[in-house]
Amino acid sequence: MTTHSFALPIIIFTTFWGLIGLAGPWFVPKGPNRGVIITMLMATAVCCYLFWLIAILAQLNPLFGPQLKNETIWYVRFLWE
Amino acid sequence: MGSMFRSEEVVLVQLFLPTAAAYACVSQLGELGLVEFRDLNESVSAFQRRFTVDIRRCEELEKTFTFLEEQVRRAGLALPPPEGRLPAPPPRDLLRIQEETERLAQELRDVQGNHQALRTQLHQLQLHSAVLQQNHGPPPAAAHTDGPSSERTPLLPPRQGPHQDLRVNFVAGAVEPRKAAALERLLWRACRGFLIASFREADRQLEDPLTGEPVTWMTFLISYWGEQIGQKIRKITDCFHCYIFPFLEEEAARHGTLQQLQQQSQELQEVLRETEGFLSQVLGQVQQLLPRGLVQVHKMKAVYLALNQCSVSSTHKCLVAEAWCATQDLPALQQALRESSSEAGVSAVAHRISSRDMPPTLIRTNRFTASFQSIVDAYGVGCYQEVNPAPYTIITFPFLFAVMFGDVGHGLLMFLFALAMVLAENRPAVRTAQNEIWQTFFGGRYLLLLMGLFSIYTGFIYNECFSRATTIFPSGWSVAAMANQSGWSDAFLSHHPLLTLDPNVTGVFLGPYPFGIDPLVPSLFCVPGTGDSQHLPGWACHHHQVWSLATNHLSFLNSFKMKMSVILGVTHMAFGVLLGVFNHVHFRQGHRLLLETMPELIFLLGLFGYLVFLVIYKWLCVTVTHAASAPSILIHFINMFLFSSSPTNQPLYSGQEVVQHALVVLALAMVPVLLLGTPLYLLHRWQRSRHSPRPAVGQQDNNEDKARCVDSSDAYEKGWSSDEEKARCPGGEEEAEFVASEVLMHQAIHTIEFCLGCISNTASYLRLWALSLAHAQLSEVLWAMVMRVGLRMCGEVGVVSVVLVLVFAAFAVMTVAILLVMEGLSAFLHALRLHWVEFQNKFYAGTGYKLSPFTFAIQDE
Repeated sequence: MTTHSFALPIIIFTTFWGLIGLAGPWFVPKGPNRGVIITMLMATAVCCYLFWLIAILAQLNPLFGPQLKNETIWYVRFLWE
Repeated sequence: MGSMFRSEEVVLVQLFLPTAAAYACVSQLGELGLVEFRDLNESVSAFQRRFTVDIRRCEELEKTFTFLEEQVRRAGLALPPPEGRLPAPPPRDLLRIQEETERLAQELRDVQGNHQALRTQLHQLQLHSAVLQQNHGPPPAAAHTDGPSSERTPLLPPRQGPHQDLRVNFVAGAVEPRKAAALERLLWRACRGFLIASFREADRQLEDPLTGEPVTWMTFLISYWGEQIGQKIRKITDCFHCYIFPFLEEEAARHGTLQQLQQQSQELQEVLRETEGFLSQVLGQVQQLLPRGLVQVHKMKAVYLALNQCSVSSTHKCLVAEAWCATQDLPALQQALRESSSEAGVSAVAHRISSRDMPPTLIRTNRFTASFQSIVDAYGVGCYQEVNPAPYTIITFPFLFAVMFGDVGHGLLMFLFALAMVLAENRPAVRTAQNEIWQTFFGGRYLLLLMGLFSIYTGFIYNECFSRATTIFPSGWSVAAMANQSGWSDAFLSHHPLLTLDPNVTGVFLGPYPFGIDPLVPSLFCVPGTGDSQHLPGWACHHHQVWSLATNHLSFLNSFKMKMSVILGVTHMAFGVLLGVFNHVHFRQGHRLLLETMPELIFLLGLFGYLVFLVIYKWLCVTVTHAASAPSILIHFINMFLFSSSPTNQPLYSGQEVVQHALVVLALAMVPVLLLGTPLYLLHRWQRSRHSPRPAVGQQDNNEDKARCVDSSDAYEKGWSSDEEKARCPGGEEEAEFVASEVLMHQAIHTIEFCLGCISNTASYLRLWALSLAHAQLSEVLWAMVMRVGLRMCGEVGVVSVVLVLVFAAFAVMTVAILLVMEGLSAFLHALRLHWVEFQNKFYAGTGYKLSPFTFAIQDE
């Protein structure tokens, strides 16, 4: 029965992927593969953040709710006190 | 950016190799593997080239090597791998190697011939002894008399009656067992009444000299009378290829012969042993010589083939070669040439020359990036110095695969399998495995690793683990609140099999699930106890958890996944168009930035970027209070193109119609810009350069050269780096034709492809939705039909557990076969298609060729 906030996950995940995608490249050691590793970090951050963002935005304002069988509702109400 | 961003700079070098040192120089270059030789003698046939004789000799040597290898293999010995680095031997050594090899081959042939002859002889002797030893029972003629008889009794009373001249003769021999019956039949038919034949199997098996297999021979003893019969019998036995041996009547004589034979065979066996010893000695020598020789001769032949591609300079003092070499490797090349030609008085030199041909593409990869580069190269090797899609593919390919495959459990299995391969990659057993399917999987181990990793992530977001949802956080939907506020009594519930939670009711929807899709497990802390103990349906007594997915779960998921596919698709394609910017900047085609990239971006983002905007706007701003009258994006989008409106569809925001009309008009206006912009600009430039007075050669700027060479259809194929431009003499290219129709045609095709492609490619990304749906459903079905059956069983713990083991075995096998292998391959293929077609056709030409340096490396493995 916990109300999920919207702002908190946004802040957490944006900072997380932002650190990986924007701050991470500065810490990659110099070497022949530096460019590739930086590309990989940024691409990973963008892809994963975008995917997570789509998932949470899609559930922000649901226009319809889940349809449950009456058996399920019984089970939940009367078995699990 | 690392060297994977675009191809390295590759230049054409001209090598001057003094004749004396040419072989050594090329051999050294082969060891280093730096340059790709160009064939300067293309017009010359293979027989007329300079070093054909040497190549012939090498090939003959190779034939001898093959023969020796065959002999070693037949003897059951293995060839040890060559140790150390073996450079190509100088030409004068070829003669020595040839002589040695010939000698060994001849010796081997002789010894083997002798060996074979001895064995055949031994076989004969053994057969003879077997025949003599064979006891064929009492002499056949004695069977006619009743009562006991002894060998001493003459067969017929002598000199009695008219048949006194008849004498019994014997023929003894051996025949192959399968022919024995036929022989017996034929003898009976031909000579019956005049002979008595007795066939017996030999006591021991003898080794056949040719095949080495043990064979049981049939020995026979034929007693006959009459000369003609004797001749007939001889002819028949000749036909059947039998061995005939003299058979003496007296026992003692036979004994004597037998002893002689045994003595002879013993001597022969000793000689045979000696011969075998010598044979193994020779084979040992071959074993030592062969591995080195093979490598050396192979390298020598490769060097001569490369030398054949060089042309001879007019003074016949040196060979001239042209080769492609990476600019980075030029110092190493020059050093190698200096070192190899230090013995000869003159040193070999290399210097750069300009070329009109497109250089080969060289992208250096390590074992991690190699598999991704090979995926890109499978579609087409990039043109020289165009942007390489591979570094982005390292992440986007596993990501798009994971979007279609998303399941934590399956992703974890794939990840662990790939991890096992990666950790074991240095073991020699793993590397030298010959199985092709294993080699394919092993070559893509890093690919599988990343694919598995991303699948675990998307599996968490989809909230699927072997099709079961996990509740990391409590669900955001409360059944209790709905039940309480809607008055769901038991009677009400029994009349309505399906009920929907309405998010409009306060307390039912408690916020979006923070990480992924809500598992929809109704909250546990629901009801202030009503206490009625109801008779619950029978399945409630089973001890498994209820993951109660709503029956309309798919309605929500489909909407979510479709919109996700469109958003990811538009993003991916816009990224592709942006990558084209790097190409235009590098090849100094700034006009294409304004006349192609800009219209393309406006078209794509104005139409499909706007669609993405609509989707996100609706997610953010249309709350549940307006759920009944929620606007439909699809109808808005269709009306946008048709310039019409539906009265029942509410606008999303004020001024929406104006904005949409403006965007469509803008996008349509971009089409003629895209179609005519570049051709008109190029035409204008060409006309300007034609009419303007020609300045001195050195002052023509590079753009002019570029303009002339971008005339033909594949524009930037010819636009390589500016260094090459400076080196070229511009005077020769002034007469390049600007064929307006060709340029227009090319641009028209490009425009149509892009505009129509925008729509079809965006729709193509919907396969992300389709495949992820298929995977989720297959996974669900497998669980429901297989595993749940096992988990639902009621009964004795022992029986149930055994059945559960079998059920789990079936579940595991089908998971791996159907969901991992089949679905994995399917998602792999579709992700590949999305990259090759939808992403790469925005910026990638892929019509180049790879730099394949002259190297001996292949045979060293």
